[in-house]
Amino acid sequence: MNNLEIIETIKMIQDQHLDIRTVTMGISLLDCADGDKKKALTKIYDKITRSAENLVKVGEDIEKEYCIPIINKRISVTPISLVAAASGENSYVDFAKTMDKAAIECGVNFIGGFSALVHKGCTQSDKVLISSIPEALACTERVCSSVNVATTKSGINMNAVRDMGEVIKKTAGLTADSGGFGCSKLVVFANVPEDNPFMAGAFHGVGEPERVINVGVSGPGTVKSAIEKVRGADFETLAETIKKTAFKITRMGQLVAKEASARLNVPFGIVDLSLAPTPAIGDSVAHILEEMGLEKTGAHGTTAALALLNDAVKKGGIMASSYVGGLSGAFIPVSEDAGMIDAVSCGALSIEKLEAMTCVCSVGLDMIVVPGDTDASTISAIIADEMAIGVINTKTTAVRVIPAPGKQVGEVVEFGGLLGSGPVMPVSKYDSSLFIKRGGRIPAPIHSLKN
Amino acid sequence: MKRAIVTVIGKDRVGIIYNVSKYLSEANINIMDISQTIQQDFFIMMMFVDLAAMTESFNEVSEKLKNLGDEMGLQIKIQREEIFNSMHRV
Repeated sequence: MNNLEIIETIKMIQDQHLDIRTVTMGISLLDCADGDKKKALTKIYDKITRSAENLVKVGEDIEKEYCIPIINKRISVTPISLVAAASGENSYVDFAKTMDKAAIECGVNFIGGFSALVHKGCTQSDKVLISSIPEALACTERVCSSVNVATTKSGINMNAVRDMGEVIKKTAGLTADSGGFGCSKLVVFANVPEDNPFMAGAFHGVGEPERVINVGVSGPGTVKSAIEKVRGADFETLAETIKKTAFKITRMGQLVAKEASARLNVPFGIVDLSLAPTPAIGDSVAHILEEMGLEKTGAHGTTAALALLNDAVKKGGIMASSYVGGLSGAFIPVSEDAGMIDAVSCGALSIEKLEAMTCVCSVGLDMIVVPGDTDASTISAIIADEMAIGVINTKTTAVRVIPAPGKQVGEVVEFGGLLGSGPVMPVSKYDSSLFIKRGGRIPAPIHSLKN
Repeated sequence: MKRAIVTVIGKDRVGIIYNVSKYLSEANINIMDISQTIQQDFFIMMMFVDLAAMTESFNEVSEKLKNLGDEMGLQIKIQREEIFNSMHRV
């Protein structure tokens, strides 16, 4: 091993914020279903706390031995709409409370899976889950919720899209004193992956094993430092530089995933190649795009720059890991990225441009704060647009918007920690309610018929 | 867990190698290779060490090296070698 390589690794971790963003343990709760709610809750609590009792400790040991920070240790579970169905209850808030209690006991900062998959239609249980979301997110601290309302294979469930607009408004209303914080724990998806380790959209899919370890790496700062060294060079050089850096970053993820899997005696699932920003200086995806030569993120050329970045990250990462999955693409959450916040504040970046950017990267309109008086039907319409992009392009897309109660364009909402702060962004003032009111399903696109 | 790399970075002074290797010897950690340079007053040392017979836990060693570094105004890290191999070797 040569000294320059050793120094490079240390610098990446120390100065460029290279870290493992999350080690997420997926746990199947299918065997916890019970006709008696109390029994079901006990089984859920016991299974989660038993399965993940060593998760945080193992994570911390690995951090020490390799001197690589593992920022989050998390848990994802089987969508609760499946697990709770047998209980026949008409509210699943107690299920969320049990998940929260188990998360606190295990010492993880988030638990995902208060979820439903309704891309073709809702079961009775899915309806109960969706209507329980606002209260569940308001009265728990660590529970994350997601609803998949569309797939390329089955089209868009516009009834669910309509309902989710209402649910997002209600969730914001119930968490009004924290700026609508509840909505930051709720994602609406198209083509949701079943092995995503990142919150708030993580859940443990039904095709997954009993338990699994998925790892999400991060490293926008590392990519930015690397491309600073090729300033002014052509696109081939730029793409090659990003690929090489992505390879190194992903190898860290693969190593940690293997190590955690062996120590916990839980199979290794996937490494997620996403570049995930944080509000910390030097950890921004927007700053990578600007380093490529754009004055501000949102300027013309931003979509092309992001497409290049996203593709090069995947090409570099794919060889570094034996199993790649989850979302695997650059994230562009507004409130969690210092460069995005700046770009929105100075008027360079709008929702319309962000929507275009989601066509070429994961995940979607993420952590976007809109005025508190935005209509539910307008939020549904924002969701519908994003779902259409996902369905037509056979990719994952998602919406995580926060209609911050009482806030207007120009104000800023503070969420704190990794979730950062969001400037309130304007939405179209024209009405979409008649479109949303139609109800029913938008049929699957022609290219879904591959058989 | 067998081998690790100790890196020492900071302002040069008398006794850095002495103090670091003294502690490693107390913990029964064998040094297999050392490389050390001074760049503009900056002391940089890498030690390739064998942990097979060490008498303390990895966490203790890591903590004590960090404390030793703090005392001497240096940054001392110990990392398992796999992190470097996996990042730089295909």
